Amino acid sequence: MLTKFFELIGAFMIRRFEEFGTIILLYVDTMKQVLHKPRIKLILAQMSHLGVDSLTIVSLTLLFTGVVFTLQTAHEFIRFGAQSTVGGVIAIAIGRELGPVLVGVVCAGRVGAAITAEISTMKVTEQIDALKVMAVSPVNYLIVPRMIACMIVVPILTVFGDIIGVAGGWLVATQYSGISSYLFTNSIKMFADIYDLTGGMIKAIFFGNVIAVLGCYYGLNCPDGAEGVGIATTKTVVTSIIVIFILNALLTFIIYR
Amino acid sequence: MIRIVNVTKKFGKKVALNNINLEIADGETLAIIGGSGSGKSTLLRLMIGLIQPTSGEIWIGDDEISRFSEKEMMRVRLRMGMVFQYSALFDSMTVGDNVAFGLVEHTDYSREKIQSIVREKLHQVGLEGVENRMPNELSGGMKKRVSLARAIAFGPEIIFYDEPSSGLDPITTNRIDELIIETQRALKVTSVVVTHDMVSACRIADRIAMVYNGDLIAVDTPENFKKIQDPRVKEFFRIIN
Repeated sequence: MLTKFFELIGAFMIRRFEEFGTIILLYVDTMKQVLHKPRIKLILAQMSHLGVDSLTIVSLTLLFTGVVFTLQTAHEFIRFGAQSTVGGVIAIAIGRELGPVLVGVVCAGRVGAAITAEISTMKVTEQIDALKVMAVSPVNYLIVPRMIACMIVVPILTVFGDIIGVAGGWLVATQYSGISSYLFTNSIKMFADIYDLTGGMIKAIFFGNVIAVLGCYYGLNCPDGAEGVGIATTKTVVTSIIVIFILNALLTFIIYR
Repeated sequence: MIRIVNVTKKFGKKVALNNINLEIADGETLAIIGGSGSGKSTLLRLMIGLIQPTSGEIWIGDDEISRFSEKEMMRVRLRMGMVFQYSALFDSMTVGDNVAFGLVEHTDYSREKIQSIVREKLHQVGLEGVENRMPNELSGGMKKRVSLARAIAFGPEIIFYDEPSSGLDPITTNRIDELIIETQRALKVTSVVVTHDMVSACRIADRIAMVYNGDLIAVDTPENFKKIQDPRVKEFFRIIN
């Protein structure tokens, strides 16, 4: 009974390590080809498809995060006479953590799922095999443009989300909590600096990599049939979100220690 | 010439193909027949290098491809074309872009020249004026023909057909068979056709190879194939008929 239990755990661990190794190999293979004959047209199409189409959901997510964050904090800060720090705290929190992580999570759901659904559908309808038979590398044709697009688009969405989030905070602070616009913006100038923004952007570049490589990996390795497409898409979203949280902790430790 | 020498393919513990030996001459049309799960599609995928054999050698001309990397296979695949069971047309592209795909990727031809080749190849398979249509606007038979036009657009030496008549009505099946024969005659290509349709196999093939439970049990001309006394071959004929 105990042996069986450990065998099951062992088999599970081996599968996970195999999966991890294959993802790393795919990532290395993709990065090797990133600078080799980039397909500008495909990259721009992916940037539009994955990035521009995500603007609405990113805006809504960060706007309401900024609003709620300010609602929760401004009142307490005012009680302790620290209203002059509200803007800075919101800008730092959004720039460093909330912006990149929430955009990462939103993109994992919106972009990662779209990548996996598209590639896995191509796989089950033999379109990936058709590419190979026509001597075109699926990595070069499908994965590299998505990787480059995600590496560019996720940081841009993060900056956009940061601005929207802070704007949401400003709206609540000035219209509801009674903090003047000058105090709010001056607080941002005093407490936040450019590294709060760039640190978040560096995180977003990593998150873009994670979303693209996991989206493509699960798409290329999806089980057959329509059910397989659903399973692969779910795996992409769940795994991407977990990896983004773990990576965020690691990157915070490296960038802001 | 395609040569398959002592090829065995296992998936885990399951033996999909067992010690297969087969030669396909230049310009020949070989039909590979067998029931579902017999291993005929596995044999086709081995020849295209989409999977690698567990043991044995696969020769495409002078290239032994069984241990080729994906990069090395790309060079060999430039000499191949394939018609997939479900056509495998790129559904985000128009018919014209599908047929032009190989030319755009691997040649420096001008846009006009590529369009002219696309029109010619579509005409060759009996389709005209469909360049701007999307694959989902086509019938199953038309998709197969576009798939064939795409396969021959780059001037391959070998064309592989995976169940070309699958899911088609008898009239369309007949038209696809004629196209396979016409293509072989016009381009002098080597053709490998995987099918479970015995009537089609007899009509289009110079030789027929039968795979049964992973074993290659018979290879002969269509005339001689009908006379084979092996009960497994006779059983296949009986069920098909």
